[in-house]
Amino acid sequence: MSYSWNWGVFLSPTPSGSGTYLGWLLQGLEWTLLLSLGAWVIAFVLGSLLGVLRTVPNRWLAGLAAGYVEAFRNVPLLVQLFSWYFVLPELLPRGLGDAIKQSDPLIQQFIAALLCLGCFTAARVCEQVRAGLQSLPRGQKNAALAIGLTLPQAYRYVLLPLAMRIVLPPLTSEFLNVFKNSAVASTIGLIELSRQGQQLVDYTAQPYEAFIAVTLLYVLINVCVMFGMRWVERRARLPGHREGQ
Amino acid sequence: MSMIEIEQVSKWYGQFAVLTDCTTHVNKGEVVVVCGPSGSGKSTLIRCVNGLEPIQQGTILVNGMTLTDPKTNLSKLRSHVGMVFQNFELFPHLSVFDNLTIGQIKVLGRSKDEAAARGLKMLERVGLKAQAEKYPGALSGGQQQRVAIARALAMDPICMLFDEPTSALDPEMVTEVLDVMVELATEGMTMMCVTHEMGFARKVADRVIFMDHGRIVEDAAKDDFFGTPRSERAQLFLSKILHH
Ligand SMILES: Nc1ncnc2c1ncn2[C@@H]1O[C@H](COP(=O)(O)OP(=O)(O)OP(=O)(O)O)[C@@H](O)[C@H]1O
Ligand SMILES: [Mg+2]
Repeated sequence: MSYSWNWGVFLSPTPSGSGTYLGWLLQGLEWTLLLSLGAWVIAFVLGSLLGVLRTVPNRWLAGLAAGYVEAFRNVPLLVQLFSWYFVLPELLPRGLGDAIKQSDPLIQQFIAALLCLGCFTAARVCEQVRAGLQSLPRGQKNAALAIGLTLPQAYRYVLLPLAMRIVLPPLTSEFLNVFKNSAVASTIGLIELSRQGQQLVDYTAQPYEAFIAVTLLYVLINVCVMFGMRWVERRARLPGHREGQ
Repeated sequence: MSMIEIEQVSKWYGQFAVLTDCTTHVNKGEVVVVCGPSGSGKSTLIRCVNGLEPIQQGTILVNGMTLTDPKTNLSKLRSHVGMVFQNFELFPHLSVFDNLTIGQIKVLGRSKDEAAARGLKMLERVGLKAQAEKYPGALSGGQQQRVAIARALAMDPICMLFDEPTSALDPEMVTEVLDVMVELATEGMTMMCVTHEMGFARKVADRVIFMDHGRIVEDAAKDDFFGTPRSERAQLFLSKILHH
């Protein structure tokens, strides 16, 4: 039995007649990008905030952040996703829950996946940021406070900028993980890149081409993220010297 | 009039008493040197003076404001109290210029121009105007410490705290930092300095405090201290340190 390669498959029209299979893949890519980038924004902002809270002197706030991390790190991602998608609307007040259930299913899937990935990744970002903050020499915080900065200002202008530089490499890998993890959204019906690839296989019976194309697109995302983060890393490197202006 | 008043201050880390019943004061315009063996609580005491460490007993007043009073705005108070650390603690991600202006802008609410003018003036004062655009990592230890002093001065402090400002420096850089401190002292700045530089103490100190095991063992006018310290421990300490 021999496999007959057909790379032209991507340009052939889809059963609905409008557009090509390549168009399908690009649509999937679009959802994957939208979902992952959105989730990363949530994860970065929320994770940084939680990371800060884990290091503040206030025990309640620190405990709250620690609880968040335990909850979101230890429950499997798939369970979290089902909770956001199926369970949360049931827990909300009747009117709100019904409104959600009657909205466009695509929007429902997207929002649930977005919140799920964002909150899950936030727990991981939090731990990285906390580690970065804790690795700073104690004297920096004292110096920041000693010139009269308030604690929030000390974090904003001194501690976070330093900690973020230290944890940039692990944050890069968390960022990459978001793209990989975004494939779970297919389990609640969101047709993102991996699901779109599956669909291509079902319709065209050209599995190799489809999976190779999907893989290449994921690799492309990875490469772009790596280059982007390298650039950020270069810009953020602690300068030894800056030429006079 | 007292700028800094420390009254019966005690502090514990768990069971360990770092400070026990410390009482002393620094008058306006006075230079007080604090010395004593390693681990005697000198850094802790000086950090307590601007509220970087809480105390469990006693009171500290700075310029008439009680540190332990919950109504006291600690950040505001600290902005008037300059502090210089053993390890400089410049902010490494900010240029020298930004190190000097960030507090003025964010804390004192000065305009960028005002802050820049004041910052550059202080930088000139410590002889480093040419280094404004550099980052701390590109400076020598002595230069970094002088920038740190300039950073504190740019906030127009009413008094200055120094915690072993020269002990992390290579010997050849100690003088350049001490020179700046001597100049400050002769201009009438109120200073509390933890240091083992007895030459500095001889030159500009009004009083010398000797600490041991968290207690102020000796608190004497400079001449008395270097003449004949009353406590045996201080004598021993002095003889060790002066023979170096
Ligand atoms: N956070 C802390 N927790 C527990 N013990 C501490 C802490 N900080 C300091 N100590 C202890 O308190 C004592 C006094 O410390 P401190 O740094 O004030 O001494 P020092 O006189 O400045 O010494 P050095 O000359 O070495 O700087 C030391 O024995 C130290 O081990
Ligand atoms: Mg010390």
